[in-house]
Amino acid sequence: MATQQSRSAARLMMAPAVVLLLGWMLVPLIMTLYFSFRRYLPNRPDIEPGWVGFENYARFIGSSSFWPAVQTTLIIVGGVLVITVVLGIILALLLDQPMWGQGAVRILVIAPFFVMPTVSALVWKNMFMDPVNGILAHLWKFFGATPVQWLSQASLESIIMIVSWQWLPFATLILLTAVQSLDSEQLEAAEMDGASYLNRFWFIILPHLARAVTIVILIQTIFLLSIFAEIFVTTGGAFGTRTLTYLIFQRVLESQNIGLGSAGGVYAIILANIVAIFLMRIVGKNLDA
Amino acid sequence: MGRIELKQVKKSFGDVTVIPPLDLEIEDGEFVVFVGPSGCGKSTLLRLIAGLEDTTDGNIEIDGSDATGLPPAKRGLAMVFQSYALYPHMSVRKNIAFPMRMAKLPKEEQDRRIESAAKALNLTDYLDRRPGQLSGGQRQRVAIGRAIVREPAAFLFDEPLSNLDAALRVGMRLEISELHKRLDTTMVYVTHDQVEAMTMADKIVVLQAGVIEQVGSPLDLYRTPRNKFVAGFIGSPKMNLIEGPEAARHNAHTMGIRPEHITVSSESGDWTGTVGVSEHLGSDTFFHVNVEGFGEPITVRAGGDVDLHYGDTIYLTPDPALIHRFDDKGLRIA
Repeated sequence: MATQQSRSAARLMMAPAVVLLLGWMLVPLIMTLYFSFRRYLPNRPDIEPGWVGFENYARFIGSSSFWPAVQTTLIIVGGVLVITVVLGIILALLLDQPMWGQGAVRILVIAPFFVMPTVSALVWKNMFMDPVNGILAHLWKFFGATPVQWLSQASLESIIMIVSWQWLPFATLILLTAVQSLDSEQLEAAEMDGASYLNRFWFIILPHLARAVTIVILIQTIFLLSIFAEIFVTTGGAFGTRTLTYLIFQRVLESQNIGLGSAGGVYAIILANIVAIFLMRIVGKNLDA
Repeated sequence: MGRIELKQVKKSFGDVTVIPPLDLEIEDGEFVVFVGPSGCGKSTLLRLIAGLEDTTDGNIEIDGSDATGLPPAKRGLAMVFQSYALYPHMSVRKNIAFPMRMAKLPKEEQDRRIESAAKALNLTDYLDRRPGQLSGGQRQRVAIGRAIVREPAAFLFDEPLSNLDAALRVGMRLEISELHKRLDTTMVYVTHDQVEAMTMADKIVVLQAGVIEQVGSPLDLYRTPRNKFVAGFIGSPKMNLIEGPEAARHNAHTMGIRPEHITVSSESGDWTGTVGVSEHLGSDTFFHVNVEGFGEPITVRAGGDVDLHYGDTIYLTPDPALIHRFDDKGLRIA
């Protein structure tokens, strides 16, 4: 389509943006890589900085907090994915029904996505989950039950709940567009063929949503691997809510061990890129078709 | 068995009445075609029969029992959709098996019916492909296969050929007609193409704005259209409808004469005109002739070898026995 000339002009004009983005990405990446091979504890003048090879990598994995952190990360990511995908599909199907005030309802459903993670975590912590003043505590008391101390007794569940609330709109929105792109004649054909609503959902709607669900899962996974504010604001990594990201944060800022934290950061980069490769493939395939 | 009867069936969407109360009988084994311009309610009528739309009023009876409130699956009808509506993630075999799977038929019976349907529709080699890998005609046949295996009381077709190219359309037209002869099952077919209606139907139902204009065999409609609308709609090219003094001379408000019932001459005739555009089809030539005193140009059919060109003077003689006369309300004068 493009001629030789327009192609080179396009390259020239895109160059500044590409160079800027590349620098933006490469500088921190290279610094992280550099520090990950260094012994570097700025608060400990007694420890000489220097090259340590793969020692930081070995120590990060060998630490007793590493595997619990991986486990916590997986539970949070998995839990949020299950909740957002299942509820997302249900909400998408409901929102697809014609109803009064459809536009307003759709905007309301999307709203949580626009709330900053720190803000939403604070709102949840103080207004919902506070064991004395929270709405949930009042609700429990209203039914004569003892209020749950959400963030200490059910800390992981609470964080999964907060993060799911934030990400549900995203899943709903993507799944809603997928539901709307389903050819209504297919559903009518299935209806003529004698399929009940459940059968139609299982045999027609769900396979149609498969690709959208994969995209939701992959995009969310990338972002969920790095959730931080929700943990920082609520439990501060206590009560078994220390994820991989939070562990890296603690290594760098609380222990002031920059080398060790950077090694953890490199692990996180590798993990996120494995997911990203799958995502690129699927999105790429979608764009080709 | 597949006798369908509509009694005072009415359909409105909100305040808009799409189909005013209407009666229609479809006999067992008949091939009935609903034909009309787009937006005339023919598809809505079919969907009412299928049960995909609720009737606002009136009753639909299938084989003598009231089916008005029955869900689509319980009516024993199968439908072929305009977009074919194949399930894209299932193989051809699974697509065809789907209605039987929903009906929980035994596996052996399913396989037997799939095999025979595939054989009848030349799909045996494609059973394991996905719909996306098939051509338009093959998809169409899969959709028909999915309908056949249910062994329905009647087939409903909603403009099934409109997505095919011209050559395939002629082929599928024949295949569907042949299928009807072989299965001897009631078929209700919706189309906006009067050629499809004429070639396939036992009985044509001409609709306009939800109202049945005429019901009859293709030749009935061709020979004795009940009103101006049917006269203009059935037949290709369209019948010439002439108003004014020439019509008055034949004691009518409007006179109609088909292009094929006018004799063309370069020497003498009843009407004198000049040749406008001519369309050469090889076997025939259609001339659009401007006749003095007629509002619109007249279309006439002549043999393929008639040598007349743009601007030439032409003489036309309508066959007096084949002139249709309509009164000022557009109704036929017997």
